[in-house]
Amino acid sequence: MRYSSPVLLLVSAAALSGCSEGVLDPKGPVAAAERLILFDSLGIMLAIVIPTVLATLAVAYWFRASNRRAGYQPEFAYSGRLELLVWSIPLMTVLLVGSVAWIGAYDLDPPKPIPSSAKPVMVQVASLDWKWLFVYPEEGVASVNHLTIPVGTPVSFELTSSGVMNSFFVPQLAGQIYTMAGMVTHLNLQADHSGTYRGMSANFSGEGFADMHFNVDAVTPEAFAEWVASTRSSGPVLDAQAYAALVKPSKAVAPFTYRSIAPGLFAGILSAGLQPDDGLCVGYPKSMRAER
Amino acid sequence: MNIAVGVDDVHEGELVNTSEAGPAPKRIVVSYGFWIFLLSDIVMFSALFAGYAALARATAGGPTGSQLFNQQTVAMETAFLLLSSYSCGLMSLAINSRGYFGTFLGAGVTFLLGAAFLSLELREFATMIAIGATPQRSAFLSAFFTLVGCHGLHVAVGLSWLVLMMIQLAMRGFSPVVERRLHCFSLFWHALDIIWVLIFTVVYLMGVVP
Amino acid sequence: MNLLGKLSWSAIPVHQPIIMGTVACIGVIILAALAWVTAKGSWLYLWREWLTSVDHKRIGVMYLVLAMLMLVRGFADGIMMRTQQAVAAGGAQGYLPPEHFDQIFSAHGTIMIFFVAMPLVIGLMNFAVPMQLGVRDVAFPTMNSISLWLTASGVLLTNVSLAIGEFAKTGWVAYPPLSELQFSPGVGVDYYLWSLQIAGIGTLLSGVNFVTTILKLRAPGMGYMRMPVFCWTALATNLLIVAAFPVLTALFAMLLLDRYLGFHFFTVNAGGNAMMYVNLFWIWGHPEVYILALPAFGIFSEVSATFSGKPLFGYRSMVGATMAICVLSYTVWLHHFFTMGASASVNAFFGITSMLIAVPTGVKIFNWLFTMYGGRVRFTVPVLWTVGFMVTFVFGGLTGVLLALPAVDWQVHNSVFLVAHFHHVIIPSVLFGCMAGYNYWFPKAFGFKLDERWGAASFWCWFIGFHLAFMPLYVVGLMGMTRRLQHYDVLSWQPWLLAAEAGAVVILAGIVCQIVQLVVSIRAREQLRDTTGDPWNGRTLEWSTASPPPAWNFAMLPHVGEIDAFWAKKQRVHARQERSVQRREYEPIEVPKNSPTGFVTAFFAVLTGFALIWHIWWMAGVGLLGAAVTLLCFMFRVEDEVEIPAEQVALFDQSHPVEISL
Repeated sequence: MRYSSPVLLLVSAAALSGCSEGVLDPKGPVAAAERLILFDSLGIMLAIVIPTVLATLAVAYWFRASNRRAGYQPEFAYSGRLELLVWSIPLMTVLLVGSVAWIGAYDLDPPKPIPSSAKPVMVQVASLDWKWLFVYPEEGVASVNHLTIPVGTPVSFELTSSGVMNSFFVPQLAGQIYTMAGMVTHLNLQADHSGTYRGMSANFSGEGFADMHFNVDAVTPEAFAEWVASTRSSGPVLDAQAYAALVKPSKAVAPFTYRSIAPGLFAGILSAGLQPDDGLCVGYPKSMRAER
Repeated sequence: MNIAVGVDDVHEGELVNTSEAGPAPKRIVVSYGFWIFLLSDIVMFSALFAGYAALARATAGGPTGSQLFNQQTVAMETAFLLLSSYSCGLMSLAINSRGYFGTFLGAGVTFLLGAAFLSLELREFATMIAIGATPQRSAFLSAFFTLVGCHGLHVAVGLSWLVLMMIQLAMRGFSPVVERRLHCFSLFWHALDIIWVLIFTVVYLMGVVP
Repeated sequence: MNLLGKLSWSAIPVHQPIIMGTVACIGVIILAALAWVTAKGSWLYLWREWLTSVDHKRIGVMYLVLAMLMLVRGFADGIMMRTQQAVAAGGAQGYLPPEHFDQIFSAHGTIMIFFVAMPLVIGLMNFAVPMQLGVRDVAFPTMNSISLWLTASGVLLTNVSLAIGEFAKTGWVAYPPLSELQFSPGVGVDYYLWSLQIAGIGTLLSGVNFVTTILKLRAPGMGYMRMPVFCWTALATNLLIVAAFPVLTALFAMLLLDRYLGFHFFTVNAGGNAMMYVNLFWIWGHPEVYILALPAFGIFSEVSATFSGKPLFGYRSMVGATMAICVLSYTVWLHHFFTMGASASVNAFFGITSMLIAVPTGVKIFNWLFTMYGGRVRFTVPVLWTVGFMVTFVFGGLTGVLLALPAVDWQVHNSVFLVAHFHHVIIPSVLFGCMAGYNYWFPKAFGFKLDERWGAASFWCWFIGFHLAFMPLYVVGLMGMTRRLQHYDVLSWQPWLLAAEAGAVVILAGIVCQIVQLVVSIRAREQLRDTTGDPWNGRTLEWSTASPPPAWNFAMLPHVGEIDAFWAKKQRVHARQERSVQRREYEPIEVPKNSPTGFVTAFFAVLTGFALIWHIWWMAGVGLLGAAVTLLCFMFRVEDEVEIPAEQVALFDQSHPVEISL
């Protein structure tokens, strides 16, 4: 019991060693802001929790039955002042952390576009069993289990699923967002440093789930243009037939690209899970509204 | 309805709080417990209502409520059920005065009205299924059949319970156990009425509003 | 038409050696137990005194036995997962293929929540609440027995899935579309759904029972503000059960209709909406965790007051905090899916409410602290568990507040950081609390105390093991490891997962210590005997009875004038202001009659559930009919009470003297 504080220090030290990847090593503005919120709230909460734990240990130890020096106050069962303190400390803490939560929820709302002078790259994402399809509608190419994006440029995602629920997640760049059939979710992120970052599905989707990770290559805008050009020059075409073959369940799919995409492909994936006159489409606010 | 709060063990000249009067008598305990159970049943219906509300427009290109619902049938169903609640109330009065004939008569009328409600509802379902508006057609229809069907299932259970109670009444007379159970039955029957009012409002009336 | 539905010999997983080995082990243990009972000639005793018992104390003990057995099964699942993740790094596939691993993590969560934690808290409430209220039994004793046996039915069905068929591979929450027939065509999800529907009916009936008992059946003089805090937490818990479990019943009914009759509540096409499942599930799911935690908080209140020799600090505040938690638990459910794409205002709202609920919980921690302050704290095993809880749970709550921030949750949702968080709150509260309650009330139930040294050893193993097993998961979750991974490619995660595995082994040692504690205590029961009925110098009414108490609990219902009535009475007797009540006039006492209704109904429930899972429609019909006939027999039974003659009451009292009676 009395080594929970040193343990915590050890853990933090050890955690810092895990700093080279994941949430604690952001490479873009969204992830960096999220990490800041994490540290701020952790600090505020630790300021309450550590003294409480130390006080608990101190009180339990001092007032142990064998300690005759401790004052025995068998009638001490109420104190108005203590009650006030005891209710107000958690309440004020919550108000403080709560305002951080509120601001963060709005500032970092996934569909919120990232302010930038660069034109955002659009990527349409579909989670399949058990791989990721990334469609670049403006560039006219697509890739499977690999994402290439330009550095310093906002990337705007529209996400859906061909079937079961998944969650698109690149920890070093942004938070995650669910992908659901017949519905579109949105996410915006940006990589500020070149590098390769790990992406994954963060919602269990079946047998091949563990292999649904992919690499995100953040490259210079010139390298990105080169990548687009070379992708357009070779590889299969993503038409309805190719998609029908792709959507069949497969695991641990090696990354590959498509040199062109049939028009309306993403809309087709979306509407496969959607009926034409679905009232859900009309009645709900934008975050849950399926879009064409 | 006779829910009287009895305070046992009151000593002369002592004003005792109900909460300090000791264990409540059995008829209060049983009614209260059954009422808590009814509340839980209402929670279950709320979840079904929530599901219905979420899926009411998910017609998947199939028939909508305004195309399917026959307001006259619904009105008749409502009338039958509400009248059966009335006859159930009359039955309760007869139970209070230990009148066998009144009780059996009230029960019989309640049963007939309830059965009439059920048969109208089953006919409604059969008609819908015959024209292809099956629960497998769309999420809206799944939700409709489940919500309304669940209520109908409760009515059917209630009718069977009523028959069993009348058998037990004939065998045992107005014993305390039988009285407690009859009281629970009327609570159940009136609660089903309340749920039906909600159903015809949310499903049938609101369902035909564009 | 096939007479056995989908059932065939291929349902037995003969090609999976681990499963067959487990089934063989369980089979041997069951056969050994049956043989032992037969050898001792105890079948009639078992039937009369336990299986058909409607006594809340016996039912409470049986719930705890069920829970402890399932703790072993659930823990086995857990340590298998840890082992798999400790080895399946880089290209390694480990020893559990995905089909098996996916069932294990689904079973682990399902069993731990529904068949360990729920029976633990319901069992302890069963045992203690009526005695603490100063009454003889719950409001509906036969229904109580039905609740127990329906829970056991759920347990049985889930375990049968090991030997015949498979369990769900969807995780314990079973989100559609994965749990729909299209993506889970096997019987696994059906086992999950029927086990939980059946057990859920039992739990709901328990909720009705205890709400009625606490509100309508208390000793004379025990107004609401004189009830022990454990009874207040039991009230809040059972109100939550009544208000939350029906939602789960409706939800599972919808998924069952989708799977069996082709409905479209949550399907990918025809308008189904998987988000609705998520919402309805967590509208049940969040209150559920408070259903588990509140009784544990109640136990900590009782233990800290008793072993400090002081009243609980801030009684009114504790009551207010408990009821606040009860209400607020309904306002937070969306924090389980901040990542599903709701708007910023919705996410922000639920983030705030999720933090608000930490306020009454924090108040409780401080109140327990001040209960010990100025006391003379005896460091018995229950107190070890309590202080262990206090210093561990607050950190778990801290990570909970972090997760309540949508911006943080988006980065750690569904990672092992989340897994670490919920174990960091559930284990200290529910498990530590129920271990404290188990050690605390054991002497009352069986007449002798549990061994202190082995109890302390099990606490330290659990405390150290828990931290070693779960703290690394925070780290590796922040490094990007998501949950439910059968294997992974990032080698830098492996050292942390090896540490977590070591922690699981230490917890195993803790469980072994608990088993040893029980065996050693039974062997040494004469030395550990509780002769006064009040081994801890307790404060509440249950300590005024003999250990173990008679079926009727109190020869005469106590008249209560204040909080901690038993303690107050003791003080007055010791100060020679009053004398312990001498029983002069005994009266005959009516106790509810034992009934096989619960056991037999459960048997038919298992039959029906199994039949429905395997699509054996005629058998399902037989099962439902059997259950209906059983209930009819109960409805038409003539005698529902047994009278204990006054002489028998007198005889018991005279041969089991207690120090002080009320």
